[in-house]
Amino acid sequence: MTDAAHLEEHSPLLELLNGFIVELREAGLPVSLTENLDAVEAVKHIPIDDRETFKYALAATLVKNHAHWRAFETVFEVYFSLRGKEYELQDGEWDGDKTDFEMSDDNQSGQMPGQGGGQEGLTQEQLAEMLFQALAKMDQNMMRAVARQAVQRFAGMEPGRPVGGTYYLYRTLRNLDLDGVLQRLLEQDQNTVDTSDVLEERLRKDEYEHRIEQLKKEIEAEIRRRLVADRGVEAMAKTLRKPLPEDVDFMHASREEMVSLRRAIWPLTRKLAVRLARKRRHGRKGPLDFKRTVRQSLSYGGVPADPKFKYPKPSKPEIMVIADISGSVAAFARFTLHLVYALNNQFSKVRSFVFIDGLDEVTNYFEGVDDITEAIHRVNTEADVIWVDGHSDYGHAFEVFDERYGKDVGPKTTVMILGDARNNYHASQSWVIKEIEDKARKVFWLNPEPRSYWDTGDSIVSEYSDHCNGIFEVRNLKQLEAFVENLV
Amino acid sequence: MSYRFDKVQTVQEDLGKVEYLADDGIAGIVYLGDRLQKPILVEGPAGTGKTQLAKSVAEMTGSRLIRLQCYEGLDESKALYEWNYKKQLLRIQAERNSEDSGTWEDLEEDIFSDEFLLTRPLLEAIRSEDPVVLLIDEVDRVEIETEALLLEILSDYQVSIPELGTVEARQIPLVFLTSNNTRELSEALKRRCLFLHIDYPDLEREREIILTKVPDINQNLGDQIARVVRTIRELELKKAPSVSETLDWARTLVHLGVEHIDAKTATETVNILLKYRSDIEKAVKEFSTDEELNSEEE
Repeated sequence: MTDAAHLEEHSPLLELLNGFIVELREAGLPVSLTENLDAVEAVKHIPIDDRETFKYALAATLVKNHAHWRAFETVFEVYFSLRGKEYELQDGEWDGDKTDFEMSDDNQSGQMPGQGGGQEGLTQEQLAEMLFQALAKMDQNMMRAVARQAVQRFAGMEPGRPVGGTYYLYRTLRNLDLDGVLQRLLEQDQNTVDTSDVLEERLRKDEYEHRIEQLKKEIEAEIRRRLVADRGVEAMAKTLRKPLPEDVDFMHASREEMVSLRRAIWPLTRKLAVRLARKRRHGRKGPLDFKRTVRQSLSYGGVPADPKFKYPKPSKPEIMVIADISGSVAAFARFTLHLVYALNNQFSKVRSFVFIDGLDEVTNYFEGVDDITEAIHRVNTEADVIWVDGHSDYGHAFEVFDERYGKDVGPKTTVMILGDARNNYHASQSWVIKEIEDKARKVFWLNPEPRSYWDTGDSIVSEYSDHCNGIFEVRNLKQLEAFVENLV
Repeated sequence: MSYRFDKVQTVQEDLGKVEYLADDGIAGIVYLGDRLQKPILVEGPAGTGKTQLAKSVAEMTGSRLIRLQCYEGLDESKALYEWNYKKQLLRIQAERNSEDSGTWEDLEEDIFSDEFLLTRPLLEAIRSEDPVVLLIDEVDRVEIETEALLLEILSDYQVSIPELGTVEARQIPLVFLTSNNTRELSEALKRRCLFLHIDYPDLEREREIILTKVPDINQNLGDQIARVVRTIRELELKKAPSVSETLDWARTLVHLGVEHIDAKTATETVNILLKYRSDIEKAVKEFSTDEELNSEEE
């Protein structure tokens, strides 16, 4: 693409860019007008042919939060990546119209890099061999060629069929037997190189696993390329839309999402700690510090030009976390425990309690433990939280709390209760919460359920929340973050 | 307006000459920062070379590096400018003692002039005649309210001083802000910057970095180090090894005369890479099989 084309008012690139930005906004990324203009400016300087740099240039102007990178990458791939030279389809196909699928197949097998058109007759064995060679030699072009062949042969893609990309990916991978290939690669190494060392063996395995991951990505890209050709860019981008990390619901997070949530929670607790600490240090100024003021005044010839103040005494916040870990909030509870653990590392005085229908203190499970999974395992197995039948009973749990630990709640204590308040129609014993509120500095309740479910069925949130300083719906990171921001 | 760089490739090559190995993203965004005259906000895990990037760019372009280290409680008088009270007081006193004291207006004009202005890094950067790279380090450490101090200089390259008027930049400095992401920066700040996330380098780049920075290392060892580090970073750790820790490890191995890392060497020296006991234990467990542990016991 030439510079002139960049600068034209209605160049196809600008139109494409507009569509791209609209899609980013649809996907939930906050792209402001300034950023939009910056992106337009940026593409004037970076040619689209240099695709990697082009991508980073767009990201630098449009995505200001690293958590959004994956969402950006997906949209970018659909809009731009699939138009590189090696992916090029026939002219006119980019109008977004559905095109003849068979025809595009012919085209691309004709231009497969370095492979010619001689692959139509590949047998399954030959393809498997090619796959093996591609992985053993780490040959990018060959990998791409294998990915294409594999998708064409196994995915069974039909135009217009309303099936998502994951289905095709699954079908393709099922036929490739990648575990078998990995095994073969490792065995081959045993014959050729010295693998007596455990470390070396491990490194080799990791290396091959990386290559296989890359192959999977190639296959995924190939499937997307075909889907885009079939359905058009906008529709494809829409099907690929996923919630941003901060919008993922704790209760229904997939395993993969859970991992990224766990990572995200660290900076959040650090933020919480920083905010609380800052409040303590830089709150209102204390009374006049007479001694220091006089001393300072000496350098101005006795004029007290620069009055000094004492810092207010820092108050050390104490936090008590009371968390429901029953089955109904299991996913949330795991997350909660991570939060508690992270808090423990940030504040000197955190006491944590868990309950189902009984209640137990778990503070020392988290103390001096470096491995969170171990701590969580201990909480789940050792904590004495079952009183009768192991169904949530907030009322009884609170009674136990009051009886055993109620005296420890003081005017410096902030109490955080985490749970859905689904009490299985037991007595609420909300007087306990009232009593705690009278004694404590603040009482907050975090509820992982959507607000519209509150007080339906056996949920008795409002009976408790009447006595709390605040009740918050915390279903995702964004809400948790909002809570942290508002805490001080 | 002349630009500092002609091509993205030049940036990448020149950074290479000052021993900073930039990937496409880094080089591209530095180039773009110059072209669009926008500050670059660099974010990423600790020890991935965020601050070094600014230093290297300064070295590469032969510019002066002006650094503003941010901390909690940073204020105008430390970041922008300050009036030299003491000198002003002296001036007033001298005025009083002398016979022919001028009018108050003269005096006021006099004590609020350049002579009594103490420039701080931000003002310094835009008043400089020579090319400057301005590094605002760890910007996430200042309070959100203080960020506002930066906004004027970041978007318009100027500083308004009520007594003097607006000081405009004599040249547009290249500005880098680094952040460890301990808090969300304000929208206003982010909007004014290009965003660059520097992550741990991929295998090839890390190997290159090792080979460049540790001169006496042999190829094989460098390659192996990069691979071990990649494997370790994939474990779930409290603190993954940074690039600088990788380099420390590489240097140590060279000093010890190690040619090839086996499980034993790795286990013995992994404490250079990892700083938490639990992380070390985890890594050691990964590198040895049960058989080996048994054989050691025998």
